[in-house]
Amino acid sequence: MTIGLSHYLTVAAILFALGIFGIFLNRRNVIIILMSIELILLAVNLNFVTFSTFLHDIVGQLFAMFVLTVAAAEAAIGLAILVVYFRNRGTIAVEDINQMKG
Amino acid sequence: MYAAIVFLPLIGAIIAGLGGRLIGDRAAQLVTCGAMVLAAALGIVMFIDVALDGNGRTIDVFSWMASGSFEVAWALRFDTLSGVMVAMVSLVAACIHVYSVGYMSHDPSIPRFMAYLNFFTFFMLMLVTSDNFVQMFFGWEGVGLCSYLLIGFWYDRPAANAAAIKAFVVNRVGDFGFALGIFGVFLLYDAVGFDTVFAATPEKADTYFEFLGHNVHALTTLCILLFIGAMGKSAQIGLHTWLPDAMEGPTPVSALIHAATMVTAGVFIVCRLSPMFEYAPDALAMVTIVGATTAIFAATIGLVQTDIKRVIAYSTCSQLGYMFFAAGVSAYGAAMFHLLTHAFFKALLFLGSGSVIHAMSGEQDMRKMGGLYKLIPRTYVLMWIGSLALAGMPFFAGYYSKDMLLEAAYANHSSFGLYAYWLGIAAAALTAFYSWRLLFLTFHGKPRADHHVMEHVHESPNVMLIPLYILAVGAVIGGYLGYDLFVGEGRAEFWREALFVMPSHDSVAAAHHGPEWAGLLPTVVGVIGIALAYVMYIRRPELPGMLATRFRTLYLFLLNKWYFDEIYDAVFVRPALLIGRGLWRTGDGRIIDGLGPDGIASAARLFARRASLLETGYVYHYAFAMVIGVVVIVTAYLLLGVR
Repeated sequence: MTIGLSHYLTVAAILFALGIFGIFLNRRNVIIILMSIELILLAVNLNFVTFSTFLHDIVGQLFAMFVLTVAAAEAAIGLAILVVYFRNRGTIAVEDINQMKG
Repeated sequence: MYAAIVFLPLIGAIIAGLGGRLIGDRAAQLVTCGAMVLAAALGIVMFIDVALDGNGRTIDVFSWMASGSFEVAWALRFDTLSGVMVAMVSLVAACIHVYSVGYMSHDPSIPRFMAYLNFFTFFMLMLVTSDNFVQMFFGWEGVGLCSYLLIGFWYDRPAANAAAIKAFVVNRVGDFGFALGIFGVFLLYDAVGFDTVFAATPEKADTYFEFLGHNVHALTTLCILLFIGAMGKSAQIGLHTWLPDAMEGPTPVSALIHAATMVTAGVFIVCRLSPMFEYAPDALAMVTIVGATTAIFAATIGLVQTDIKRVIAYSTCSQLGYMFFAAGVSAYGAAMFHLLTHAFFKALLFLGSGSVIHAMSGEQDMRKMGGLYKLIPRTYVLMWIGSLALAGMPFFAGYYSKDMLLEAAYANHSSFGLYAYWLGIAAAALTAFYSWRLLFLTFHGKPRADHHVMEHVHESPNVMLIPLYILAVGAVIGGYLGYDLFVGEGRAEFWREALFVMPSHDSVAAAHHGPEWAGLLPTVVGVIGIALAYVMYIRRPELPGMLATRFRTLYLFLLNKWYFDEIYDAVFVRPALLIGRGLWRTGDGRIIDGLGPDGIASAARLFARRASLLETGYVYHYAFAMVIGVVVIVTAYLLLGVR
């Protein structure tokens, strides 16, 4: 069995779906949401790299590097926000974070 | 110069009304009285020039509106008819202005009162000097407005406010007819100026129009519509209910507006429009019947009223009935003559009763008066003069005018003329009776007021008495002086073009050849009335009470003014209130507000509340919304190929 394009894309789609479900089915804490976002970004990265290879276009891999950078920055900012939030409210449980409404 | 007669009161009203606070009470009184006295002096000069020397003229002020063939000018028409009215109005108004200075001296808002009085006089003069129907309507509504303002002058009294609104509303009913009449005049003549209309009347005399399948005489319709307006303003039966209530206003107002001037405006317009009425005999018959009925109807109510001012108010109503039936039998000169003499003696009676009320510290109920003649002798004598003139005792003013119009009614030889004559005779007896009942109850017998009030009884100051003397002179000699001019030999030369009587209708001429007894009868029944009053209120004071218990139904019927107010209340007022409340609650509240502003607002609130439920505050809900959005966009992209 040769590993073809569709296998890569399937893996990426599964990762993406896992990330999405990770956001919605998670009731415990916000760090899992951050991790799920990382998963989604990874799925995207995988897509980029796969297409780059199969289409012989280096721009896709270049873009994957950008996404990694952005993901790192996002994780850093997200964790920083979490720390500050925990200091202020003493919890990071998803159920308790419901202040974002008018 | 004659325009000044009309506009001086307006200037006075503006100064006293707008600047009253600035210039103070005394200055406001001076300005308004000064304006009126000057206007009265000019009015008399004008009367001599215009009416006696025959220099009638029309003063154009300026054009008011012009739209196609509809042209209305502001013009002051001075002929004999308006000359008589202007002289009478300005003279009586001047007397009453001066009287008010004394009568209203304790009132907190003197400038306002004086300004209203002046404003009223302006409108009244505008009404009588108008040269076309529209300008007349302006004056007509203006006096109505001032009447409203002055009846409700003491606005802190609920009764005064109610009376003011009643006067205004009842007059609107009449004005509805009056306005329709003016529209009709324009439709028929294509003009509203008196000269044009009167000149065109003979050729329009045979115009008919279709109405609900009937052929209706156009002029008769117009005259009846205009007469309905006159009925409202002159308080004729049916539309009279406001006049007695109008006595809630200060007494000078009752004297000026509700006795001498405004209420006679109806009679004046019938005389002014004599060239039209002469061609509408059915309308004249209606005028006669309404007038005669009012004369007797109001007199019967006057018999049992106990409020001194209301007795005189019903007497006014009754005397206006006399004037109307005189006009109805084409004796316009006699109607105007009675209008003039009536203005003097009725203003005198009102101001005299005001003097009594002033002396009695505001008491108006005659049952609580009595025995005043020694305490206020001058007022007593003046009231006697007024009553003698009112009852038509020989050689007082009312004798000449009332005899004349009764004789004219008799000499008219029509069935409605005779109806008017006999009812007029009966009313004359009643008039004498209630006048002397008033005199006896007020001035004779034992004092029925408590001693606090009696101690305070005092003669009025000179500022109130001098106007009364002037009016009393008019009430004594006015009839003798005016007889020849108004209805005697000199009448044709005096009235000239101002009044128009068809030769076949000339009942004044016929009256001079009527039987002797027709002229004597009013005086005889008057004396009988006085004698009856003497017996009932001086010799046998227990008699009235016995009669009242014996004829209880009749007594209550008269005491409740023929139940007119009750009937109107049940037929018009309550249903109107009911409909009004229904339209307000259901129509306005439920339908318009409910579906309109309130409905839309509550719908918006409802949707907003539903929409705000979507906003939970949970981050993952928002993320879900974003994902759904992405899915929708991508799906659309793939399926529809949106690029």
